Amino acid sequence: MKYVRFLLIGILFGIILSKSEAISWYRIYEMFKFQSFHMYGIIGSAVFFSMIFTFLFKRGFIKNYKGKPIKLKTRKKEYIRTLVGGTIFGLGWALAGSCPAPIFILIGNGVFSILILLFGALIGAFLYGLLSKKLPH
Amino acid sequence: MDILLQPWPWYVSGPLISVILFLFFYYGKHFGVSSNLETLCTIAGADKFSDYFKKNWRKRDWALFFLTGLIIGGFISNTFLTPYGIDTINPKTIEDLQALGFEYQKNTYVPEELFSLDTILSVKGFLLLIVAGILIGFGTRYADGCTSGHAITGLSNLQLPSLVAVIGFFIGGLIMIWLIFPLLFS
Repeated sequence: MKYVRFLLIGILFGIILSKSEAISWYRIYEMFKFQSFHMYGIIGSAVFFSMIFTFLFKRGFIKNYKGKPIKLKTRKKEYIRTLVGGTIFGLGWALAGSCPAPIFILIGNGVFSILILLFGALIGAFLYGLLSKKLPH
Repeated sequence: MDILLQPWPWYVSGPLISVILFLFFYYGKHFGVSSNLETLCTIAGADKFSDYFKKNWRKRDWALFFLTGLIIGGFISNTFLTPYGIDTINPKTIEDLQALGFEYQKNTYVPEELFSLDTILSVKGFLLLIVAGILIGFGTRYADGCTSGHAITGLSNLQLPSLVAVIGFFIGGLIMIWLIFPLLFS
């Protein structure tokens, strides 16, 4: 039952993204139309406060629950995959108005047609797995 | 209590998202959601088709609890925490959407024109969601991260590849909304 904490973190994240309307298709459209500050404010302030946490992790001011230092992943300098993959994701994000976490949160909000999107996303991840060796990174 | 039931402003929501990042790292995990799509593929048997999926998903079994939590969180918010509905969007956006054939409806997260039962039972409606899903699944795995893994975790850790990914997110998003939407709808 040690994983109950991740269930609780998921519940909290689901409530936050619902109440903040980050799961709203309309909010995503509005963001890409530059007609509201709302989404930029959410992402910007999330990054700002996460930077503070990240700084405290790296300096060792905050340790993990076992009292050990928290290590952060250094991203490989792969720019083709991040740019091309990022652009492909951006197309889908704008069309469906939903990134991976909101897909699950919207199921809870009763938007069951989002299951088709989830099915598509699994096909997409599967296709990447099949092709990963052949793609430039 | 009442303030909790109103729509949450960005300056409350953003900092709370960083608390989620904190909890992930505190409990020894990296904050990211799109890798779960891979885990679900492995569970569904994708390892029979490609070695890429030959991973021990039991190492990521905790993530299934997280995903279940997301669904429950959405349900709790919808059932108990949204009595006043959802904030309306910019009137200009509503006009722009009308020009594309989208009738804005209050208090919904998603438009009927893409998500109603009638729409998803039509060939175009079904294909749009499947294709959008494929773009999301393929794109996030190719980019090795999504909004949480790159935009939140990567940017806050000053990772240049993550900045490039986020620039990609916006290139794709802007192309879709400004160039492709007028072709798909109207």
